[in-house]
Amino acid sequence: MADHKPTGISRWLFTTNHKDIGTMYLVFSFIMFLIGGGMAMVIRAELFQPGLQFVEPNFFNQMTTLHGLIMVFGAVMPATVGLANWLIPMMIGAPDMALPRMNNWSFWILPAAFGLLLSSLFMEGGAPNFGWTFYAPLSTTYGPPSTDFFIFGVHLMGISSIMGAINVIVTVFNMRAPGMTLMKMPLFVWTWLITAFLLVMVMPVLAGAVTMMLTDRHFGTSFFDAAGGGDPVLFQHVFWFFGHPEVYIMILPAFGIASAIIPTFARKKLFGYSSMVYATASIAFLSFIVWAHHMFTVGMPVQGELFFMIATMLIAVPTGVKVFNWIATMWQGSITYETPMLYALAFVILFTIGGFSGVMLAMTPVDWQYHDTYFVVAHFHYVLFPGAIFGTMAAVYYWLPKWTGRMYDEKLAKVHFWLSIIFVNLTFFPMHFSGLAGMQRRVPDYAIMYSDFNMLSSIGAFGLGLMQLLFAWILIKACILKKGEKATDQVWEGAEGLEFTHMPSPAPYHTFDTPPKID
Amino acid sequence: MSEQQNTEYEKYYVPEQSKLPFIGSIGLLLTAFGAGHAVQGGSLSWVLYIGLAVLVYMLSTWWSSTIRESRDGLYSAQMSRSFRQGMIWFITSEVMFFAAFFGALFYVRVLVMEWLGGSSNNAATHDFLYPDWIPGWPMTTTPGELNGGYPTWEAMGAWGLPAINTAILLFSSFTLTIAHHALIEKNRQTLILFTAITALLGAIFLMLQVEEYIHAYQEMGLTLGSGIYGSTFFMLTGFHGLHVTVGTIFLIVMTLRCAKGHFTPKDHFAYEAGAWYWHFVDVVWVFLFIFVYIL
Repeated sequence: MADHKPTGISRWLFTTNHKDIGTMYLVFSFIMFLIGGGMAMVIRAELFQPGLQFVEPNFFNQMTTLHGLIMVFGAVMPATVGLANWLIPMMIGAPDMALPRMNNWSFWILPAAFGLLLSSLFMEGGAPNFGWTFYAPLSTTYGPPSTDFFIFGVHLMGISSIMGAINVIVTVFNMRAPGMTLMKMPLFVWTWLITAFLLVMVMPVLAGAVTMMLTDRHFGTSFFDAAGGGDPVLFQHVFWFFGHPEVYIMILPAFGIASAIIPTFARKKLFGYSSMVYATASIAFLSFIVWAHHMFTVGMPVQGELFFMIATMLIAVPTGVKVFNWIATMWQGSITYETPMLYALAFVILFTIGGFSGVMLAMTPVDWQYHDTYFVVAHFHYVLFPGAIFGTMAAVYYWLPKWTGRMYDEKLAKVHFWLSIIFVNLTFFPMHFSGLAGMQRRVPDYAIMYSDFNMLSSIGAFGLGLMQLLFAWILIKACILKKGEKATDQVWEGAEGLEFTHMPSPAPYHTFDTPPKID
Repeated sequence: MSEQQNTEYEKYYVPEQSKLPFIGSIGLLLTAFGAGHAVQGGSLSWVLYIGLAVLVYMLSTWWSSTIRESRDGLYSAQMSRSFRQGMIWFITSEVMFFAAFFGALFYVRVLVMEWLGGSSNNAATHDFLYPDWIPGWPMTTTPGELNGGYPTWEAMGAWGLPAINTAILLFSSFTLTIAHHALIEKNRQTLILFTAITALLGAIFLMLQVEEYIHAYQEMGLTLGSGIYGSTFFMLTGFHGLHVTVGTIFLIVMTLRCAKGHFTPKDHFAYEAGAWYWHFVDVVWVFLFIFVYIL
């Protein structure tokens, strides 16, 4: 087949090409990232000083809710799905994803789902305002009318994620080039395979949770109503059975990215490949049996608290294996510090900080103190921003020359990196302190004693927000204005993997019509 | 693995551009938008039906085009494996959807009910909030006031219609297996007859379930609003019924395709997918019968 590329808008609307679909996912996620980031700016502006400055408390609640939902489901998840679409077929030597039409459907559901979710801002009673975890009865008895649209929006996101995940699993199991055995696959493919498995297992449970919410709201059921024999805590169990694997769904692909980038720039083979695979699988398994650590203060039997505490701390073991392997990969390597490597390094260090605060939160008696404070906010932003999002940015810088055939502006990218590093820490590190001192999350006002830390966080957040506009400019310059020197086929000196060794830059529209032979 | 490496490479079919996924997304958007209005009793509820119509149109077009592609021999053995694996993971996700509702049922029966009844350290909950309520399953009244009253109802017994329905579904798995064997042995008469019988058994199951629901609503006072008992009963059996409906439609289509001679002993993915789906629905029912009706 010639490298025939359809043109015009229909190329994007009706495509079955994994690269086009990957691009659409990435663009969509970046738009969502900016929208969700804008909401974060509103939140930080309000929290710049104590007292109520800019927005009503109810609107503040809508902002925290939508910020969380959009970042989790609209920014981080689609970004990694976009990377999976672009990279997995090229990495395993497949002509495309296994089910190309379904692939396009997975993507095009997302604009529908998020259009629905965002339109709730303009509905009577405002957008959902109960936090991204939508606990009952806040979301059942007391939820605004727009909650119903939120519920159906979540159903759509679930359909999209499940179809996308099935596609990844089938592609990995069935589309590998001859000789590409499972234990030869790049780690990014492995981590995504396990992520996809988690998605198939937990997205239906989330669908179940919102369905119960819906029937409780409108059809007289009492799942979350103690008067009818149900229990609001049941909601938290069902939600977190989804919610905890969900955090690994967001971070595992970033693990795979770090495992691709660090060996390239350390010019050494990844240390402990198979232990990386087993560690990822262990993390995925453990993620199913730790969910109630989000609920230590809800009033569980003490046996439950103990079990979930110990199981949670166990996760530190495979995670430690991974961090150790990344560091051992760099040990005595001849390291150079191009932007992707800088991001990967920042990922390893800052994600580990988030991991440590996670171990602190895992301890039940300690969590009774930390629960729902800014310490928790600091923790999960450390694993999400410098974790999942820096991982994604590292991936974009690393593979962009392969996608577009041109290098990005390295100088600007370094500015983007160093200022992001400063601002991300300035934003989130003080939250540890305000949280330990007792500042509650999801409240628009606070006691004067937290003022300094909050002002620092807000300044950091504004800087971090600006940096993303710089990121947008760097991407526009490289992809649309096509400025920047031509990338070589291998792009990076130490790069390995089929996408670097078996095809030119930019990667042609169709790759591996005939699979490569892998020895 | 090593054997496969040596087999000759067959070209994997990557379909040309298709409008269907995009149309499907519009269908889903309209469905979700309309459903949001419908549950609120809004004036835009009709959008729901447009959305569903678009979805039905899109899916039937999609599937008929895959049937055409399959008849045209575009699908290699590898492609067929993609479909099979895709179906297996789809059924896995369905299992997890039911698991959420079974989980709710177990959690309520094992823990919440006892707690509301004052066990463990919850004596105050019972004494102050629900002093007159005695925990017990099947629950026949709610602990507290619900929708302005204290509804009571009769619990659904296992050994009337539900037992008959269990027999019907188990028997239908048996007839489907006979049909599947007939397909492999190229016995078309038996294949068509027993696939049709299986679909018919599915339809009978559904009719009996409707009968059961009418009985529950009209004579037993058992409704969706009957506390957590009614909630779990109707949501579990209702979603199961929905899946039986889908499975029955699936089997009817398979009967027609068998009559047209679409399947060969080696190549009949769609038939197998339908059979897997039917067995999945069957197994879910066995769990339902045990945990919702008997215990």
